[in-house]
Amino acid sequence: MSEDTAHGQPGAELATLDQERYPVPDPGLEPHLPRLTDVDERAANRATRQVATFFGLVPILCIGFVVVYFAVPGDAWVDFGPLRANSRNLLLGLTFGLALLFLGVGAVHWARKLMDDQEKIDYRHSAASSDADKNYMLTELDKVVDESRLTRRKVIGRSLIAALATILLPMIVGLADLGPWPTKKKRAETIERTIWAPGIRVVNDVTFQPIKPENIEVGQLINGEPANLQDLEGAEFQIEKAKSAVIVVRMDPNTITIPPSRQNWQIGGILCYSKICTHVGCPISLWEQQTHHLLCPCHQSTFDLGNSGVVVFGPAARALPQLPIALDAEGYIVAQRDFLVPVGPSFFERDSRNDFKEGDT
Amino acid sequence: MAQPAATVPDDSSVQPVTPQKELGPVFKAASGPTKWLDDRIGLAGLGRPFLRKVFPDHWSFLLGEIALYSFVVLILSGIFLTIWFKPSMSEIEYQGSYELLRGLRMSEAYASTLGLSFDIRGGLLLRQMHHWAAAVFIAAMLTHSLRIFFTGAFRKPREINWLIGVAMLTLGLIEGFAGYSLPDDLLSGTGLRFVDGLIRAIPLIGTWAEFFTFAGEFPGSLIIPRLYMVHILLVPALLLGLIAAHLALVVYHKHTQYPGPGRVQGNVVGYPVFPVYAAKAGGFFLIVFGVLTLMGATMQINPVWVFGPYNPAEITAGSQPDWYMGFVEGGIRIMPNWEWHIGSTTWSWNVAIPGLGLMGLFFGLMAIYPFVEAWVTGDKSEHHLLDRPRNNPTRTAFGVAAMTGYAMLWIGGGNDLVATQFHVSLNSVTYFLRVAVFVAPVLAFLVTKRICIGLQRADRDRMLHGAESGVIDRAPSGKYAERHRAISQGEAFKLTQHPDQPALLPLTDVDGMSVKEIKSEQRRRKATRFYFIDTLRRPTRAELEEAAEHHMHPMAIEGDGEHHAIEPEPEEEHHLAK
Repeated sequence: MSEDTAHGQPGAELATLDQERYPVPDPGLEPHLPRLTDVDERAANRATRQVATFFGLVPILCIGFVVVYFAVPGDAWVDFGPLRANSRNLLLGLTFGLALLFLGVGAVHWARKLMDDQEKIDYRHSAASSDADKNYMLTELDKVVDESRLTRRKVIGRSLIAALATILLPMIVGLADLGPWPTKKKRAETIERTIWAPGIRVVNDVTFQPIKPENIEVGQLINGEPANLQDLEGAEFQIEKAKSAVIVVRMDPNTITIPPSRQNWQIGGILCYSKICTHVGCPISLWEQQTHHLLCPCHQSTFDLGNSGVVVFGPAARALPQLPIALDAEGYIVAQRDFLVPVGPSFFERDSRNDFKEGDT
Repeated sequence: MAQPAATVPDDSSVQPVTPQKELGPVFKAASGPTKWLDDRIGLAGLGRPFLRKVFPDHWSFLLGEIALYSFVVLILSGIFLTIWFKPSMSEIEYQGSYELLRGLRMSEAYASTLGLSFDIRGGLLLRQMHHWAAAVFIAAMLTHSLRIFFTGAFRKPREINWLIGVAMLTLGLIEGFAGYSLPDDLLSGTGLRFVDGLIRAIPLIGTWAEFFTFAGEFPGSLIIPRLYMVHILLVPALLLGLIAAHLALVVYHKHTQYPGPGRVQGNVVGYPVFPVYAAKAGGFFLIVFGVLTLMGATMQINPVWVFGPYNPAEITAGSQPDWYMGFVEGGIRIMPNWEWHIGSTTWSWNVAIPGLGLMGLFFGLMAIYPFVEAWVTGDKSEHHLLDRPRNNPTRTAFGVAAMTGYAMLWIGGGNDLVATQFHVSLNSVTYFLRVAVFVAPVLAFLVTKRICIGLQRADRDRMLHGAESGVIDRAPSGKYAERHRAISQGEAFKLTQHPDQPALLPLTDVDGMSVKEIKSEQRRRKATRFYFIDTLRRPTRAELEEAAEHHMHPMAIEGDGEHHAIEPEPEEEHHLAK
């Protein structure tokens, strides 16, 4: 990096340009003013003691850290009025943090008060290389090309480019197993279906108890899952849970609109909807009992459960899919079938224009 | 006066000197292990250009340092965390020491995060330091980029370094998001669910991208191990490489400096790396490290045990991403629910535009700006002196407009909290922001530009009328006027050193130019008028001399007093050139 020598006079080319440009001549750097510590030996001694004190506290704090590490139990707490802190976390952090801080403050204090504070000047050079360097490179590169015989035997260059381009192919194709391919068949088996099926009971999502209509009051909302979710575990369980979650809600039948096509999807004002937002798939959970609106806490899409789950506000574009329900022989709520449309966010390959909209029958 | 730093003379002129022991302790040491190293790697030659290299000093140059140091803290604390964290989605029953979750089924990732928080001594401290350092890292990068932008430090020859910075900011967001998703608690799982929806909304390839990212349907069992690889290997390696290039270019170009007496294009004035800069920068690293440790000790962040393990059927109200994703979140929230249907396909613009378009727009605009400005000015020269933001009102106004748009989106990311905290309707907040995100930046642009021009006028006043002395004179006629005194030459130099940017009139002489060239040049000239037509021209040397002659006389001259107070402004010439 000995660029200082590369262009003759340091900074000359830039310096001359500057002189023409300035309406006020450059008076040059302001004279250096001595600090108190430069002229007063007592002040300098004081600063020295301060720096040494900062440095001297560091070993003490580090030993404190070790003591805390071994001595303070993990279940001790300190109370600060309404705030509560874990003693070990707090003391480990305070000792180590202050040690670092004092080490840093000591170094900066030393630099500011005691080290020579004369500013120095470096000269700049153009970022471009010198003409000599450029000429050398261009001439030599020319020779390089010539020596490689590339200009005379062009087919080497062309085949090399083709070879380099195709060598990427195995690297890219090697990633094709990142995941299963969402072909039409695969989509039908995965994102377009859930484990809801005829006769599957709707169960409470925490206790897995089946639900009877008489256990739901008007205005009440229950988070449900299909009873057969319990048969799954691990990743499969999570995947199906992420799609099959439903909400069962009971509303006064006289205050809601049920289109003719969905009259037999409900049981006396008890309706069941997908809990998965059609926007980006958050589970929707904020229930406004009086308005029958269900609000997604992620992005505030709002659906009207009293009107077939249509979107009344927010960025979601499609109504919440409704699950047709009925009662089984024992009087528990069951699904009539799977959802008619896929749950969750829209995806490219499926035309969702015929999903339920406000005003449909 | 400052002295020129020792420059490196021609190698030929340096005579080999035999170190003499009485020269100092360093020479003594140099005969030992240092000599051994020098014999093998040429240590003295390597270190020579750097030992006394000069760096200028200014508080605003510390922003980038904070970003660098918090990245170092991220690596150190991150290594500690990887020792215990298990990036696995296998389900286990929690049997650790946090009683409220004992017996619950959860992923190993979440269980090991709880283990780090409760069972590993210092684990919680390091977890919290890591999370705080991430928040500070991105905040520091962003404010550092604002400093670069407003002072014009992105101009030639530093455009590449600006682009590297934009790339690092982008990678920082990805890195932060990947890390946020690893603990597999309810909040991070909800974030992943959102990403799943976001990826699915990509036109044409969305479903494929989703299946490839999650190895099938959401959530699957591979996303956390994959994000772990991204978080601890892929992105950090890229960031390290870019940081190395970023710093190497800073060294090569030498740091920019603020203008001032003796601080000009051709030089750089400051402290040498050793000893002052090393002590200050090294000390500052330890201060940043120390403050982040104290934050980890005293300020709770991401208490995953409160959220519980991820459950795809649950969510908490007020779910928020980390602060730096807030603007994307806001875009998603305030976007109208547009969805297209073409043929048998669905185009989810309600997610794709704010989710992907916004980040593309944000980083895209940042990346192209230096080239747009260079095209407008037609300036091919190097710039090592920083602009005072007021001296380029249009650039400054663009910057503030972008910040304002960002702020509107960011507020949108918390529209539910705004609604509940201020007792306003959530719908009104959303509708307001849908308009404000377009209108507020325009207003901010206009206001900022006027403020900059006002500040330029104040500078001009100071140069032509002098500084207010605080001394009021009363003329025999009874008029009062304040005595002004000339400003120092140093200050006058600082206020006038920037080059004037001409606003160009349309081209009239078009001989020998093709239609395309003429069109392009006319467009450029129009752009210069947009940029510079109402920028104040700085006073010429003649004007300054005349002003000094005319205005700076002491008030002792009878009858001359009033004209400081009431004389109309000299006509402001807007700098229109041919």
